[in-house]
Amino acid sequence: MNVEQARAWIAAIAATVEAEAETLTRLDSAIGDGDHGANLKRGFAAVRTALEGFEAHTVGDVLTKTGATLISKVGGASGPLYGSAFRAMGKTLTSPDVTTEQFGDALDAGLAAIRKLGGAQPGDKTMVDAWLPAVAAFRKKGPQAAATAAEEAARATTDLQARKGRASYLGERSIGHQDPGATSTALIFRALA
Amino acid sequence: MKKFINDPGDVVAQALAGLAAAHPELRVDPDNQLVIRGDAPVRGKAGIVSGGGSGHEPLHGGFVGLGMLDAACAGEVFTSPVPDAILAATRAADGGAGVLHVVKNYTGDVLNFEMAAELAGDEGITVETVLVDDDVAVQDSTWTAGRRGTGATLIVEKVIGALAEEGASLKDVAATGRAVNERSGSFAVALTAATTPAAGQPGFDLPDDEMEVGVGIHGEPGRRRAKVTRASEIATLMVDAILEAKPAQGRAIVLLNGLGGTPLLELYLLYGEVATILAGRNIEIARSLVGNYVTSLDMAGASLTICHADDEILRLWDAPVRTPGLRWGL
Repeated sequence: MNVEQARAWIAAIAATVEAEAETLTRLDSAIGDGDHGANLKRGFAAVRTALEGFEAHTVGDVLTKTGATLISKVGGASGPLYGSAFRAMGKTLTSPDVTTEQFGDALDAGLAAIRKLGGAQPGDKTMVDAWLPAVAAFRKKGPQAAATAAEEAARATTDLQARKGRASYLGERSIGHQDPGATSTALIFRALA
Repeated sequence: MKKFINDPGDVVAQALAGLAAAHPELRVDPDNQLVIRGDAPVRGKAGIVSGGGSGHEPLHGGFVGLGMLDAACAGEVFTSPVPDAILAATRAADGGAGVLHVVKNYTGDVLNFEMAAELAGDEGITVETVLVDDDVAVQDSTWTAGRRGTGATLIVEKVIGALAEEGASLKDVAATGRAVNERSGSFAVALTAATTPAAGQPGFDLPDDEMEVGVGIHGEPGRRRAKVTRASEIATLMVDAILEAKPAQGRAIVLLNGLGGTPLLELYLLYGEVATILAGRNIEIARSLVGNYVTSLDMAGASLTICHADDEILRLWDAPVRTPGLRWGL
């Protein structure tokens, strides 16, 4: 991945988040407070503006800027979580062109940042459930497999009982609803494929 | 959706502009969406900052002023504010004695306030945090995000606001805030869902003859669904849930709070039932408050908060306060 491809990835995320905002909000209304789609749409719109005219020398520059903008524009839980993930990824990618292996390491760093900040374990019905298999699939088979793995994992959160985030307040009643955070994670990996 | 709005994206900014117009004694920072006490920072006083998603008015911006908050940051509707805004509020409130963050226990609020506290620390501002988690409807176990912060937030903010006004140290103010939270329990029942301007439709479907028991202040569904029943039975259910989680006898501050869409006629009726039940449980209502204080937009429903108070808490509760949402003793 080079700097232009990194920009293209972020632009693709912004486009898919905008297109799917209503779906994310609908999922979040069922088990959260219904702001996930609107928040991410606002955040990535701000990222798009921030990246216009921004001079990026490395892939990391693009991702770090993305992360910082998400933190300062999104709010909620998804702002700090996705923001920290992109910043953590950005910090590891310090050249204009990065290998697939380096990008895999960066995805690992992003996942680690999310887990450290949010404290979620696999199976808690959060974005971690989609990130984990996506990163593993990326390492073995690349971006297309990562996107598919994230989508399958997001769907599989439907049967889980939430133990972190706002959905956890519902207890057993959270079962039967797909997690909005895992769903937006699948969008991010689909944009990479 | 029928609401007095211009554009769903600008609701919070335009509401703050209106608040500023109505209350010239306060300052509003439109860029960071802050409400700031007119004379802030008060030299030598521990600053108190709170905030969270908008839609709970008058919480928190309506509680900025003498005897309560120094600054409040308003996030988007039902979305916690961002670290930059919380940091700006913290700077505005810092009179050199440090700043206390009053944070309701929601993942987003906790994360953003934590980040802001770190940034403030880097600037040399001492920050303490009081986490409010009074909602007994949520099982408090290591497997959940823990209890939510709801109605007790008002009682915490009022009591510690008075203490800070007297010149108490940041550590003492924080300790008292934690004690008030520990002594408080809340429970809410909703009759309808809230409609956020961004979503444009109710957050959940609730049949006409059903209520959501143990609902949160964002309209997130609660413990269970049940058939709507008589007010006396709803009052019993609320009191039982709170006293089971926070058992005590003696004096209490009782807040019967409307969630935004319930008329005072019904709130007073419900309060009357609560008062009768508490008398039978050896709880003396030392102070009471009935009205819309910690709302959930247009959600019909009510939350009950019982704070088992001691002399000191009651003294601080009675101390003067001058804010848009709470005003007495002056």
